[in-house]
Amino acid sequence: MAELEFRDAICEALDEELARDDTVVFFGEDVAKPGGVFAVTGGLQEKHGPERVFDTPISELAIAGAAFGSAVGGLRPVIEIMFADFLPLVMDSLVNQSAKYWYLSNEQKSIPLVVRTAAGAGGRFGAVHSQMPVSWFQGVPGIKIVCPSTPGDAKALLKAAIRDDNPVLFVEHKRLYSIKGEANGDVATIGEAKVVREGGDVTIATAMRGVHEALAAAEELSAQGVEAEVIDLRTLRPVDTATVLKSVEKTNRLVVVEEGPRTGGWAAEVLAQVLEDGLGDIDDAWRLTTPDHPIPYSPPLEDDFIPGAKAIAASILGR
Amino acid sequence: MARETPAAGFTSPGAESQLFVDLYRRMRLIRRFEDSVQTLFQQGLVHGTTHLYSGQEAGAVGVCSVLGDDDRVAATYRGHGAALALGVETEGLMAELLGRATGVCKGRSGSMNVIDLDHRLMGCFSIVGGSIGAATGMALALKRTGGVAVAFFGDGTANQGYFPECLNFARVFDLPVVFVCENNRYGEFTPFEQVTGGAILDRPRILGIHAETIDGNDVWTVRHTAAAAVERARAGEGPQFIESLTYRFVGHSRSDPGAYRAPGELDEWRKRDPLTVTRAGLGDRYGVSAEALDEIDESVEQELAAAVEAASNAPFPEPGPVREFKGG
Repeated sequence: MAELEFRDAICEALDEELARDDTVVFFGEDVAKPGGVFAVTGGLQEKHGPERVFDTPISELAIAGAAFGSAVGGLRPVIEIMFADFLPLVMDSLVNQSAKYWYLSNEQKSIPLVVRTAAGAGGRFGAVHSQMPVSWFQGVPGIKIVCPSTPGDAKALLKAAIRDDNPVLFVEHKRLYSIKGEANGDVATIGEAKVVREGGDVTIATAMRGVHEALAAAEELSAQGVEAEVIDLRTLRPVDTATVLKSVEKTNRLVVVEEGPRTGGWAAEVLAQVLEDGLGDIDDAWRLTTPDHPIPYSPPLEDDFIPGAKAIAASILGR
Repeated sequence: MARETPAAGFTSPGAESQLFVDLYRRMRLIRRFEDSVQTLFQQGLVHGTTHLYSGQEAGAVGVCSVLGDDDRVAATYRGHGAALALGVETEGLMAELLGRATGVCKGRSGSMNVIDLDHRLMGCFSIVGGSIGAATGMALALKRTGGVAVAFFGDGTANQGYFPECLNFARVFDLPVVFVCENNRYGEFTPFEQVTGGAILDRPRILGIHAETIDGNDVWTVRHTAAAAVERARAGEGPQFIESLTYRFVGHSRSDPGAYRAPGELDEWRKRDPLTVTRAGLGDRYGVSAEALDEIDESVEQELAAAVEAASNAPFPEPGPVREFKGG
């Protein structure tokens, strides 16, 4: 199987779903003719036409409202919110309209809607173009949050998100766009975590770029005789704690690594669920997150801000 | 005095007369429905808060009277009028407000968030501006089927982010949507002129959207204007905008005694009560007698009494498991 970049895996998923289902439409700022600011979606408009793939005004609230309303009307819209930091502008439509429709309507209609967004720090974009939006939506019933770490998962999970009948926030970490990997035409199951490295001494549960940092940390730890099991959560809402619980039965130690603010983050939610259901198996459980302040611009400050491989390994050895 | 020739779109004066009699009945039903809601609210049977449409009936009834099966409506937290104008069941709507299991959303939505897709109501949206976003998106879907989306909203919405974003969005993609701004002079408790720069009508116009201001208390004017707007939208001429001037006879919501109204203002508007205007018009235009209209009023009373009784006797929903997502 040929290797391809994460960004191309996403484009392939969009292309295949647009070709498969005429009700799928895709729109956002600079996504069609320019092909997206992260060069993800080039060529889709030429292939599928301007009625189904189009550039919008810089009007995030209108984009989200248009997606919601068109989903009520029978389409399956995929929208791109260029940077996750712009998601606060779409909060009303996503939170008060799309996420609640299935329940409020007494199940008359669900909202099949995908919001793709580029997120995450490490690109020197500063405090307002580097944030991770997961915890903003963690407390919103009715929305799924998908966070892939590899090209293969990005493609299979995006295809699943587009076929899902519910609103899905699909988070693409900016620092992963250029990584390469294999991707086939499979459709993944949303809500399933994956053990990506086996080990018996400690469980590291994480997502997105954190998976790559955790795997690097596990190699460092292995050299010192500590074998870490690494779990790629892949979906953060609903989160697959069963896979984490199964792992901690064996390791008895759990660290959750989150690129996101410590207070109110998804790492806290994972810890809470695991402690509720698996306290007897736990000898130690903690989280490694970003600190509770805005993301700094200066390279050494930003590098220190993100929980990387060295910090993960040091944290585990320091317990 | 009966007119000699029927108005455009009617095959006979009798058909036109009958249609407007039917519209009068619907307006009367909305007024009396809202009166009942007010009473039930004061009795503690309608909960939370509620926003009544009393005084604005000609707007929703006139606009919805021109819509076809393929068209869809997005309304606001003041949405009982639009719901009834679209034919949502009186009893089901009342039961929803009472929080009962027989409500159109089984008590999940309440007064402000009613959804009834079978009756073309894509939703009532309880955040100011939400209806504009919803209808804009609906129009994106309806472009494929020949349908038209309608958004109802108030004057206060002209200052909300949805308004400029979605009007422009609808304009650049020529979406089949009719924006109906029901200017009832107050955004909640504040006169709209005090918080609104320029004229509302200038805003759609500067975007190149066909826009006009009309007497929203005259159901003939509303219907005529809406018919033309819907036809243009359906023909591919893009979004249309109607500013419908009206007045609510009640407070914004339950906590509002209406102290901001200028002295005499309410009395002046009551002279232009859409029900009074319609009754007079039915007599003048088609010779419909006051007695015939009184009989209609009585039939509304009976329908409403039955609906209130049935809704009041309906069970509350049982707490139980909820499916967060469709398909798990």
